[in-house]
Amino acid sequence: MRILISILQKEFIQIFRNKVMLPFIFIVPIIQMVVLVFAANLEMQEIRFYTVDLDLSETSRKLRYEFSASPFFRDQGTGFSLGEGEEMLLRDKADLILVFDQGFEEKLRKENLSSIQLLINAINSAKAGLVNAYSEAIIRDFNQDVRLEWLGLPAFEAIENIDISYSYWYNPELNYKIYMLPAILVILVTIIGMFLTAMNLVREKEMGTAEQINVTPIRKFHFIIGKLLPFWVIALFELAFGLTIGKIFFGLPILGNLALLFGFASIYLMAILGLGLLLSTFSETQQQVMFLTFFFMLTFILMSGIFTPVESMPVWAQKVNIVNPFAYFMRVIRMILLKGSGFHDIRHEFISMFVYAVSILSLSVWRYRKIH
Amino acid sequence: MENPENIIVVKNLVKRYGDFTANDNLCFEVRKGEIFGFLGANGAGKTTAIRILCGLSYPTSGKINVAGFDAYTQRELIKRNIGYMSQKFSLYDDLTIAENIRFYAGIYGLSQKVIKSRTNQLLHRLGMEEIRNRLIRDVPLGWKQKLAFSVAIFHNPAVVFLDEPTGGVDPVTRRQFWEMINEAAEEGITVFVTTHYMDEAEYCDRVSIMVDGKIAALDTPQNLKKSYKTSDMNGVFLTLARGE
Repeated sequence: MRILISILQKEFIQIFRNKVMLPFIFIVPIIQMVVLVFAANLEMQEIRFYTVDLDLSETSRKLRYEFSASPFFRDQGTGFSLGEGEEMLLRDKADLILVFDQGFEEKLRKENLSSIQLLINAINSAKAGLVNAYSEAIIRDFNQDVRLEWLGLPAFEAIENIDISYSYWYNPELNYKIYMLPAILVILVTIIGMFLTAMNLVREKEMGTAEQINVTPIRKFHFIIGKLLPFWVIALFELAFGLTIGKIFFGLPILGNLALLFGFASIYLMAILGLGLLLSTFSETQQQVMFLTFFFMLTFILMSGIFTPVESMPVWAQKVNIVNPFAYFMRVIRMILLKGSGFHDIRHEFISMFVYAVSILSLSVWRYRKIH
Repeated sequence: MENPENIIVVKNLVKRYGDFTANDNLCFEVRKGEIFGFLGANGAGKTTAIRILCGLSYPTSGKINVAGFDAYTQRELIKRNIGYMSQKFSLYDDLTIAENIRFYAGIYGLSQKVIKSRTNQLLHRLGMEEIRNRLIRDVPLGWKQKLAFSVAIFHNPAVVFLDEPTGGVDPVTRRQFWEMINEAAEEGITVFVTTHYMDEAEYCDRVSIMVDGKIAALDTPQNLKKSYKTSDMNGVFLTLARGE
């Protein structure tokens, strides 16, 4: 016990004496959240559109006005040749080109069917999808109006149709921020857990102090506990701090039980710290271990379902996620915070994570050698 | 152990790395309380041997006994009874002098009370009371070295292993450092020291000289000089190292 206290005392002194450490713990979460709120915004405000009107009819003009009237679109003008439109796309002066062919209105009157063309800049495919969706909505409404008008019915006696209305559960306003905030918390605690642990352990090797420690009668497991416990405590503190900031400033919903969340996080962190320890046994310098942890962190983060649901990944990727600790925590933190899930709902993740933590810690303790 | 006066007994120690034999059948004894010099050119296998004696590395074969314990089965007991100071004396740069002492004493299981009183004594003796709260990175090399040595013997080990402890310091500091080694030996701590400096070899009670992984000579400095017919250890070393 006395030995363990000596190590812990030394570790905490070193951690807090490190000038980078305190800013890292307190400022990084705030910055990440602020950046996220302003940057990770998938809703579109200003779609710039340009019209190529070869028809110059009343109907084409009306539809164009519908677009201009929408708060999501900004009119960039009208031209009379497709070439001009393409030029606008090419120069990135428009996101959408609306093309009315000659005889658009006449065809509509005579054949009851006409078409327009939408040219969308799809370099960013997510954005293009949204542009398409918004445009379609406007055209659909316009279509409805045209039919009503021509059939001569008053608007309130609308033709029979099925009206679809939506209610989005767990995130009623489809707020991307609320989906992402818990994920940011996962990344934060993981960086502290994995990255800092691995760096700290390798630093001792690099400085030669690890060798000095190895000639002392210190037990391997004392040393490892002394090394891991501080980061475990700091990472849990970081989670609490991040939750507080998220709740107060960014309206992060906390529907579930916090004790359950911290319970899961404690086990998750054991696995993460174990992973950091394991990676440190493969590296001799801080540079090596940095690249190594970066590789694992990036892969794990991207596969964890941070941006896209795991369910829509290919089967092999879903299989890989069985060994991806991020994926478990990503799912659990969203379930607990956004859905209010209880222990019963996350019991499988809980058990898996527990098994994971025990295995990875045993493996890394076994890999860690005092003698070479 | 045949002779209780021997604190280190090494018989037929072999260490191989693949095809390369770093230690080729070493046999020697170190007597309790003596200063034993372990000499050799770079790459002669000194550090390999010292790392095996300290339990940092496995021998390929051979019988090794340190402070009465077997190097295969009683490593942890050996570690309890030795001190070690390597070429890069391993104090923590970002801890103060006092914190370094407290940490290393703590992991040998000394109580807070003992640590406190011994730390005060030590700092007084070294004349470092004024700077006890200074970070190691701000302490001059020579002082760091003395401190590293003091930390290595803080828990009163039976043997202390010094692996080129005086690399890179000026002659005056080296001299002072050797005075500390002598004091430790007088207090009954056996000193096992490797060095490049032949003048330092003169301070040793007995000296062994390694050449290409083998012990080429082992005796007191006087006897060595006599049998190689030179006036100083440098002559002995050059004769042996050139393989004449």
